[in-house]
Amino acid sequence: MFGKKKKRELRAPEEAGFCSAFRNGNAVTKGSAVLWGLGNIVNRQYMRGLLLFTFEAAIVLYMVFFGIGALQDMITLGTREQYEVYNEALGIFEYVLGDNSMLCLLYGVITIFVLFVAALLVSVSVKSAYYTQVKKELGKPLPNFLADLRSLRHEKLHNLLLFAPIMGIVCFTIVPLVFMILIAFTSYDRNHQPPGNLFDWIGLDNFRAMFATGSTLSGTFWPVLGWTLIWAVVATFSTYILGIILALIINRQGTRFKGFWRFLFVLSIAVPQFVSLLTMRTIFSANGPMNIILRDLGLIGATESIPFLSDPTLAKLTIIGVNIWIGVPYTLLTMTGILQNIPADLYEAAKVDGANTFVTFFKITLPYMLFVTTPSLITSFTGNINNFNVIYLLSGGGPDSLNYYYAGETDLLVTWLYKLTITNKDYNLGAVIGILVFIILAVFSLLTYRHTSSYKDEEAFQ
Amino acid sequence: MIKMNSMRTRRRLTNTLVHLLLTVLGFVWVLPIFFVILTSFRAEGGSSKSYIWPKGFTLDNYKNVLSGGGSLDFSRWFINTLIVAVFSCLLSAIFVLCVSYVMSRLRFRMRKKYLNIALILGMFPGFMSMIAVYYIIKGLGMLEAGPTKLLALVIVYAGGAGLGFYIAKGFFDTIPRTIDEAAYIDGATKLDVFRKITIPLSKPIIVYTLLTSFMGPWVDYIFAKVILGNDRAYYTVAIGLWTMLEKEFIEYYYTQFFAGCILISIPIAALFLFTQKFYVESVSGAVKG
Repeated sequence: MFGKKKKRELRAPEEAGFCSAFRNGNAVTKGSAVLWGLGNIVNRQYMRGLLLFTFEAAIVLYMVFFGIGALQDMITLGTREQYEVYNEALGIFEYVLGDNSMLCLLYGVITIFVLFVAALLVSVSVKSAYYTQVKKELGKPLPNFLADLRSLRHEKLHNLLLFAPIMGIVCFTIVPLVFMILIAFTSYDRNHQPPGNLFDWIGLDNFRAMFATGSTLSGTFWPVLGWTLIWAVVATFSTYILGIILALIINRQGTRFKGFWRFLFVLSIAVPQFVSLLTMRTIFSANGPMNIILRDLGLIGATESIPFLSDPTLAKLTIIGVNIWIGVPYTLLTMTGILQNIPADLYEAAKVDGANTFVTFFKITLPYMLFVTTPSLITSFTGNINNFNVIYLLSGGGPDSLNYYYAGETDLLVTWLYKLTITNKDYNLGAVIGILVFIILAVFSLLTYRHTSSYKDEEAFQ
Repeated sequence: MIKMNSMRTRRRLTNTLVHLLLTVLGFVWVLPIFFVILTSFRAEGGSSKSYIWPKGFTLDNYKNVLSGGGSLDFSRWFINTLIVAVFSCLLSAIFVLCVSYVMSRLRFRMRKKYLNIALILGMFPGFMSMIAVYYIIKGLGMLEAGPTKLLALVIVYAGGAGLGFYIAKGFFDTIPRTIDEAAYIDGATKLDVFRKITIPLSKPIIVYTLLTSFMGPWVDYIFAKVILGNDRAYYTVAIGLWTMLEKEFIEYYYTQFFAGCILISIPIAALFLFTQKFYVESVSGAVKG
């Protein structure tokens, strides 16, 4: 009856995107882009139409009374600086508030997101109008509002379940993140602190400063980056490999009291991480238990102490050691389950073929483990690049270095970011570091994650 | 026969060596915990001592830390953290389960985009946005009083929960789809399937999700510090204990710090060991088709 193309379009109008809905829609559908809900109201879907229209009214009011001004402020980032006026009656100087650049930027970002929501609603309105239009043309009954609500339980379940989580993510992750990314292109440092001072857009100057050869900043950035990468690689693989070996040793046939050993090692997970980290910090401090033990054993003199956390190289080794102490039990815990899941017939077949322990480990155990745990390995690598707790609570990034710009010898990029923003209020530099960390992780993930089988073939096990 | 004997000796030798190794390692792993316990019972105060074994033992550290004499009130922090942890773990768990179920089972237009955005967002340092979050919270008027600060913490902890869906999604992926399809044939909606079939089958992952998000507030230092600032009465345990080790407090509070550590480690350890089963099950995928 219909042409083939036409039929496909009409069969699934709810699948039509905004563009095809707008192109194929009639005048009312097209008008729904301007007056949201028009298509629904015309076809007596009052609730749905009014709801859309209310949203439009709210957004327009917001834009007129607040949004447009906020966007203008975002471009200038404020023009009036705070200044002092002499109050003759009281005989003192009073501050007259100027513009707050930080709030200008924040409100600007929020307004952009409101506009984004508006764009989304335009699309919803047109698609909804088109859907109604097609249904009507086909002479099918139009769903009323109750039916719409009911569809949330089945076809549109994802909207129901995702709404709250996505709101949370947008408000507390995406908006702040966009805000901070924009900060990287401004002069929001310790000398430009609102409300006292204004800051302004300065383009890529912060990035240039970070990479300029010979400056203290780049002299800090490259060594810190180097240590961050070394740390991430060593921390990830040391805990992974040692964890697997420990799991295999405990699980091997001859080992007795398996449960006891597992309990012994897993015990340290149960201690909250910051407790064990703060404890480790005291244990390795200059007059801490570790040095006392060494003194009692006569390995060092009675007043000597090994600078576990105050010598640059030794501090790095100590941190990696402590991280092994913390991380291995986690690997042990996850690996035990996976090891027991390896099909036993694989080992039996290998045994029949005369394979020894090493061959079975390298040909069966390791490949199987790698296959199952590659995603978690990648996550733990990226987690280690961003491993704030271990460094900050253990060494605080110290020992401090005079050659660095407010960073210590063991600072990772993230702990440096923390110091830059919280301690020094150089928000723009902190934001630059954040963006660079993102770029490093993004490149790394593109190189690895997309090659894992779990990403390529997501539905393989479903 | 000789060969058999030598093999047996070798096996015995390796077994002995393995047990020896495990004992040494076990010591290394348990010793720091032992040190914490020991110091928490130490009668003499002060931070640096030239010995490890205490000269005298006492329960006073526990009594003092709980009664909250002085400027630091541990039991109050404990209650603060408990409140934040309970609410944020319930909220986060709901978020995580919803998102991971949707990502695992439902197919819709924005799905791939959502997965990619989640991946990208995960690559930014988590607290890079901290400053902006702080001002948003402030803009919402939640930094005026202590209790609303705690509410703000709950919201911040739960706010990003929808991004941590990978493990739970992996778990849902292992539940056979045939079960769902059977239910659809019987006229169930997808919401019914989620509520009445998937959730009851997912005990390990629910416990795991609840547990991980419950532990979050106990161990988070950064966000709590930024949002709670210097309002010591509303500190959570983590920043409170950290404060005890600051220069002005360390001499007086050193042993109480360890007592406090033990006090919060015990419930968390108990929870953890109790649910270790669920953890392993959920990480390795439990429901087999």
